[in-house]
Amino acid sequence: MSSMTKPSPGAVVTAPAARKPAAARISRVDPLYYFFLFPSLAIFTLAITLPAVLGFVYSFTNSVGFGDFEFIGIRNFIAVFRDEGVLGAYGFTLAFSLVTVVVVNVLAFLLALGLTSRVRFRTALRTVFVIPMVISGIVIAFVFQYLFSNSLPLMGKGLGIDLLSSSILANPDLAWLGIVFVTAWQSVPSAMLIYIAGLLTVPPEVYEASSIDGASAWHNLRHITLPLIAGYAVINTVLGFKNYLNAYDIIVGLTDGGPGVSTRSVAMAIFRGFEGGDYAYQMANAVIFFLISVAIALIQLRFTRGKGGIAA
Amino acid sequence: MSTATRTIPAEPVTPGPAAPGKGRVRTGPQRTNWAATAVLIVCMLGVLVPLYVTISMAFKTTGQAVDGNAFSLPAPLTLDSFAQAWTLTNFPRGFLISVFVSVTAVVGEIVVSALAAYAIVRNWDRRLFRWSFFYLLAAMFIPFPVVALPQIQLTGLVGLDNPLGVAILHIVFALAFNTMLFTAFLRSIPLELEESMRMDGAGTWQVFWRLIFPLLGPMSATVGIFAFIASWNDFMMPSLIISDPELQTIPVLQKIFQTQFSNSYNVAFASYLMAMGPAVIVYLFTQRWVMAGLTQGAVK
Repeated sequence: MSSMTKPSPGAVVTAPAARKPAAARISRVDPLYYFFLFPSLAIFTLAITLPAVLGFVYSFTNSVGFGDFEFIGIRNFIAVFRDEGVLGAYGFTLAFSLVTVVVVNVLAFLLALGLTSRVRFRTALRTVFVIPMVISGIVIAFVFQYLFSNSLPLMGKGLGIDLLSSSILANPDLAWLGIVFVTAWQSVPSAMLIYIAGLLTVPPEVYEASSIDGASAWHNLRHITLPLIAGYAVINTVLGFKNYLNAYDIIVGLTDGGPGVSTRSVAMAIFRGFEGGDYAYQMANAVIFFLISVAIALIQLRFTRGKGGIAA
Repeated sequence: MSTATRTIPAEPVTPGPAAPGKGRVRTGPQRTNWAATAVLIVCMLGVLVPLYVTISMAFKTTGQAVDGNAFSLPAPLTLDSFAQAWTLTNFPRGFLISVFVSVTAVVGEIVVSALAAYAIVRNWDRRLFRWSFFYLLAAMFIPFPVVALPQIQLTGLVGLDNPLGVAILHIVFALAFNTMLFTAFLRSIPLELEESMRMDGAGTWQVFWRLIFPLLGPMSATVGIFAFIASWNDFMMPSLIISDPELQTIPVLQKIFQTQFSNSYNVAFASYLMAMGPAVIVYLFTQRWVMAGLTQGAVK
């Protein structure tokens, strides 16, 4: 971090007057700047804007992904709202995201508190805790799928716990727990690092002053630590929701949407647009999904106001 | 948890308990919080056990792997599973394709975003550049699933339904975040440096490549590492964009152990281990930038 903001040694601040003529001298834009900007704008327009516009247009048609089609107004949108499969996917995705955000934030915060306290082996511990972040979601989901469907039932039987004696991934009521667990396993590290950064911004003097006044540890946590790092909690919530709403890899690895369709996420439903021939229909779904994602992001960002001006 | 004896090191990267306290007056004695240490070590098992299972399963024989006991040590130890995984997934080919996607994404993300950020920051008073910045930022709100279906169609249409197309999409989806990081960093570089170089007759091209780009080094390192981790591990994009199964990346190839070879657990785990390895190794060597980058990105 300190290396990031290292001022260059040659940067002696000259008199402010020296700035003016130089700025006036570059009054015309060097055409090279357009050349610098062009690649970004070009790939962005071709790879995101164009597909987004196309998808939006298609959502008002009856296209199956190829061949002729005609415009059918908002019939797709109405159908989406009546489709129990799609509504189920929304219900699952929103509930899963909410639970995961809470679980991840609580665990990440506790780990961050631990790792910023006077513990031994701090660097080694942090190194290990961050590893899940760099492991492929689908690969670790395959590993956990084995554990959930083979090792856990074996342990459940050994301990005589009925609920665990069969695979939780095969149980429509419990499978989502496995998905929350593996998603949390993978996303706790990044949230934890953000909390650590937040905890390190609290000056130690604040705690010292507080403990001189005889405040308890709980009082410190409740009235100093939590308010000061609220902004970081918002960051973690916004980033978390952004990831979990698009959940795909880990679910494919664990349950592939099953059993039945009990763990099918919105992303999985949309991708089916190529299998079932309901291309335009799933584009309408994607448009709705986009609007919901933006709405959730905006609601969260409204809460950021006045929380130390930190925005993701 | 352990708030009673919390201290905050002066420097985020301060290693171990030897260094804190330097230059700061402490009120309490420097005592190690053994209770918190013990709790953290127990929590660490949550990370290590799945990794241990992956490693130990990979070294088992097929006979031992099917007994269902994931936590036993491999006896006898064998490397057969690695050899089988190597040929079953055609590992060398998948590895080269994954390396190609990752390297293209890393270089592309750094160069394309850095160039754009430089042009934007130096011409911020011009509408075109300012608006371009906000245009690029809009991508933060557009996740892949929303535009996936038309993207799959378009990439197929222009012949980019291959690893190159996936690399380009990685560059595009990271563009907003990376450009934001680079612009924030560029604003902290004083203009005087650049002006003196221009005084000596250097053009924008030289100024960028000889002065600005080297100064962006630490930020480029962060952007590059995250680009690598994201593109190396991704399953969603390659599985949907790449149409030829022969050209699939390593994570997508792992699917064959669910469909075709579902009883060769030892081979599957050996393959998983080979898929995880590169990203974990890169992480262990570049930790500093991973930590710094994440917090930078969040706070900027």
